[in-house]
Amino acid sequence: MVQAVNNALEIKLADDENVVIYGEDAGVEGGVFRVTEGLQQKFGEKRVFDSPLAESAIVGTAVGMAIAGLRPVVELQFCGFVYPAFNQIISHAARIHNRTRGKYKTPMVIRFPYGGGINALEHHSESMESIYGHIPGIKVVIPSTPYDAKGLLISAIESDDTVIFMEPKRIYRAIKQEVAEEKYSIPIGKAKVVSAGTDITIVAYGAMIREVQKAMVMAKSKNISVELIDLRTIYPLDKETIVKSVQKTGRLMIVTEEPNTFGVAAEITAIANEEAFLYLEAPVKRVTGFDVIVPLPASEHFYMQTPEKIFYELERVMKF
Amino acid sequence: MFKEYNPIENKIFRIIDNEGKVINTEGKPAIEDEKVLKAYKDMLFARTADIMAVSYQRQGRMYTYPPNYGQEAVSGALAQIMREEDWLVPAFRELGAWLAKGATLKDLFLYFKGNEEGTAFRNAKKLLPISVPIASQLLHAVGIGYSINYKQEKDVVFTIVGDGGTSEGDFHEALNFAAVWKVPVIFIVQNNQFAISVPVKKQTASVNIAVKSIAYGMPGIKVDGNDFFAMYAALNRAQEFARNGNGPVLIEALTYRKGAHTTSDDPTKYRTKEEEEFWAQTDPLKRLFLYLKQKNLFSDNEESELIEQYKKEVDRQFDEAENSPATQLEDVFKYMYADMPEDLKVQQMEYEKFLKWKESQQ
Ligand SMILES: Cc1ncc(C[n+]2csc(CCOP(=O)(O)OP(=O)(O)O)c2C)c(N)n1
Repeated sequence: MVQAVNNALEIKLADDENVVIYGEDAGVEGGVFRVTEGLQQKFGEKRVFDSPLAESAIVGTAVGMAIAGLRPVVELQFCGFVYPAFNQIISHAARIHNRTRGKYKTPMVIRFPYGGGINALEHHSESMESIYGHIPGIKVVIPSTPYDAKGLLISAIESDDTVIFMEPKRIYRAIKQEVAEEKYSIPIGKAKVVSAGTDITIVAYGAMIREVQKAMVMAKSKNISVELIDLRTIYPLDKETIVKSVQKTGRLMIVTEEPNTFGVAAEITAIANEEAFLYLEAPVKRVTGFDVIVPLPASEHFYMQTPEKIFYELERVMKF
Repeated sequence: MFKEYNPIENKIFRIIDNEGKVINTEGKPAIEDEKVLKAYKDMLFARTADIMAVSYQRQGRMYTYPPNYGQEAVSGALAQIMREEDWLVPAFRELGAWLAKGATLKDLFLYFKGNEEGTAFRNAKKLLPISVPIASQLLHAVGIGYSINYKQEKDVVFTIVGDGGTSEGDFHEALNFAAVWKVPVIFIVQNNQFAISVPVKKQTASVNIAVKSIAYGMPGIKVDGNDFFAMYAALNRAQEFARNGNGPVLIEALTYRKGAHTTSDDPTKYRTKEEEEFWAQTDPLKRLFLYLKQKNLFSDNEESELIEQYKKEVDRQFDEAENSPATQLEDVFKYMYADMPEDLKVQQMEYEKFLKWKESQQ
């Protein structure tokens, strides 16, 4: 996925001179995860560069650049270090368009890795997508494969809105996939049915797709047919795909890494309730993290959703 | 001292040279030989532990660790200056100072083995936990400083940040509040010249970091952070100043991170061998060792013996950490709130059911 993101950035740097990329360590070193590696060498320091260590300034200056016609793609180092920039995201990036009645736009992308399972220290493992989904005025995208990462990022950079692009770092290098060299894009706001099934719908995204797929192997041995939907975009949510699937299967489970309360899973549950209530044969099940700080590595296994845990929950929904 | 070393002139406060010779007799602090020797031994212990921590990590027995290698004089001097009643509000690269405050290596190894118990620092007094979000801790130091003034106490707060951290808004807001409130806080910037791969010249266009103090209305001084005596003298003057109700001080400790940023970093990507060799000459332990040797206070033999002894002690504490009981499910929940919400108890119970099921599957 690292390469696919790098490739998308390279394509956009080449075909749009307004694209600039910066962040802490994003220039010379190519980022702590090497996502921007080689780009400064190819496109020069004016377009790809290291910024001082200040997230609020990184996002705030990007808002200014975007207003003035550039398309900044900024990198923040970890999901846990976005918070100093929160004021700029929620008070400006999300509002300039509305505040100026569309006169000014903020076509910018804020990229950062998120999620657990990499044995990291504090602040490096959280999944806080729901807080971004909750902010009116921004879009939130999460890819689950290298192919999707490239196509979604290209759409994000081309979008005239501010897009939060969250990269599941646990699968940065875990999934190998051939990705076409040429430019292609995947639309924001459209979910993908990863595999069709008839007994239960599972909605997931990011690193959880792979875990669900492993659980599906266990389900298959019990003759449970799962329809897996990869959300791809957290906001705007593709209600139609979810509702259609639930109408078909009659059961819904959502698998995420976020804390449980007020999460994306809760939102999807509400959609099922509002738009597919009469089709439901069992209560919608949220399979999420606990409402706790993501534990450090010694206890993180309690928090993470494993294929086993997903299968366990799935069986219970089926037996309802 | 602060007037003499007005940071705008970009002078650096230094007492001994790279060979351990005193080049500034006037500035040399009055400190007994015995205390210097003790400080050296503490620094040597910290360095031994630090080097071993990196190797435990390499052996896969610990997670990501931020080495202190080359920066030991900052914590080493701080360790001598801090009093029991003083607070330490750390960042994450001050091993020697944590130990001086009562943290144990076992605590730290537990932490870097991914166990939250490690930053509880249960037996340490007035030591805050390791703070990872850069520069955010500085504001806590200011708040503690306010409370000290409020209660008319005489304690001082020492707080630490890196050069990269001086770019964060929190750094500037902390300095501003501290000066306005006139709180007894000593801000120590460990300028190890890098924030991961980014050199300090990309962080600031100021002549140095100490100069930022002027704008906020507090004294500041740029100190050779690899010179134990200079750090000791500057910290001593600063604590006296703050303790006497004169408000905060900013100390820039110029040092060099000889190791990697963390065990997941590769410095060859962004700096040269020549640069590393140049700064190796300024190594803080080497300089203090040469000073002690010239005064016949310490010898090569004594040093090798001590290192052997320290290695055993570090291993012993590492073993203790390694043999600590595994964390339990309840550890994940029980410290979230003083008064745990009912729903969290339910989440824990539900998970226990899953664990039972899992057992039954085997
Ligand atoms: C708010 C925040 N942003 C980013 C990071 C990621 N990060 C960890 S250490 C570091 C560099 C810190 O440099 P500096 O302040 O000079 O301290 P040093 O590591 O050199 O001791 C960065 C960017 C972080 N921990 N917190």
